[in-house]
Amino acid sequence: MPVTAAKDDPERARRFREAALPHLDDVYTLARYLLRDPTDAEDAVQECYLRALKHFDGYRGPAMKPWLFAILRNVCRAEYGRRASSPTGAIEDMPESAEQTPLWNEAQETPEAQVLRTRDAATIRRLVAALADPFRETFVLREINNLSYREIAEAVGAPVGTVMSRLARARAMLRSAWMAEEEQSR
Amino acid sequence: MTCEEAEILLHALMDGELDAGHAREVEEHIAGCPACAAQLAAYREMSQAIATAKMKYTAPLALRRRIEASLPQTQAPSRRAVLRGFALGSAVSAIAATGLVAIVLREDELQRIQSEIVSAHLRSLQAGHLTDVISTDQHTVKPWFNGKLDVSPPVIDLTAQGFTLIGGRLDYVDARAIGAVVYKRRAHVINLFVAQTSNTERRAARIETLQGFNIRCWRDHGLNFWAVSDLGADELAEFGDKFESAIRVNTEG
Repeated sequence: MPVTAAKDDPERARRFREAALPHLDDVYTLARYLLRDPTDAEDAVQECYLRALKHFDGYRGPAMKPWLFAILRNVCRAEYGRRASSPTGAIEDMPESAEQTPLWNEAQETPEAQVLRTRDAATIRRLVAALADPFRETFVLREINNLSYREIAEAVGAPVGTVMSRLARARAMLRSAWMAEEEQSR
Repeated sequence: MTCEEAEILLHALMDGELDAGHAREVEEHIAGCPACAAQLAAYREMSQAIATAKMKYTAPLALRRRIEASLPQTQAPSRRAVLRGFALGSAVSAIAATGLVAIVLREDELQRIQSEIVSAHLRSLQAGHLTDVISTDQHTVKPWFNGKLDVSPPVIDLTAQGFTLIGGRLDYVDARAIGAVVYKRRAHVINLFVAQTSNTERRAARIETLQGFNIRCWRDHGLNFWAVSDLGADELAEFGDKFESAIRVNTEG
């Protein structure tokens, strides 16, 4: 890899390390959920950090994490676009009516609450992985990476209103899947 | 507010993204709408379940190393200092044998030193790191430092004044050995770091706060002192005052 004079500047490299490396686990987490494959995720994260270093001079804040996420997202789209956007049996395919028809009796919230509490990480990961792209991305950024709506909007390049409706939809779909899974396992 | 609006906005409510006015509107709707209230409760449960499950991944070490290796190398003096701090046990004898160089502080370095002092304080609070010599007797703690430092830190028993001496420790700040005398007030640990300085001019104490810890630093008799604790500023000031007046009695009396 050719190294330019600017890239060789130790002070710049130090600043980049301090700003970007602490977010490595978060970036890797997002990559895992976006790409659903550990090897692809590793490659994407490495590419993300290379690109981030290259564009670090143009970085003006405010927050490092959404900036890295936006880069990772571009990497994922460019390199793994076809694979990532063709999930088989995505929950998005569910008919609209299924979302609107309650799968349970809303008056009795206790049994559902109990069900929601009993899922383990592996199951939740599988259910999240089944969400369609834009919903999965927004959901993971909010619930797992703990970004604010404004930061999510920044990372995905969409208005905050879009983030809100995607998140509402994502949670509704996940809840339905969660409850359906529970029905099956009974 | 309609249920359709509330269905979107209740997410913003539970995520703490609504201003007070909108939050009140959503809450009012939910108070009068069992269906939306049930939804909010269910989403909160789900969010809670996700928060408690371990949903984050940890980047594999190999990936971290690959990325580190792909970055231009930096000179990392601070990193080396940290490593030396952790290598404390093995470094003690070597440093004691080679002798020590006095710490000379420049004003613009004070901030960096202070953050290292706080790090050293935090390190000391981990199990088994607080004291190398455990004693409430100043005549045991003081000789312990002999031969380990090129400075003899004043060790003063302040038990009668409400600060119990519990021991001493050799620590590393600014990549040099430094003496730490440890006191306790109730459950609070006070680390008093003492380092030699070439500047013999006395400097009055000032109290600063860093990462939630109070630091009282002063200079006297060619020594720099930093008292660090999670004690309140007033109690730490009291500690410093009592220490300083006890020293005056010792040297003058």
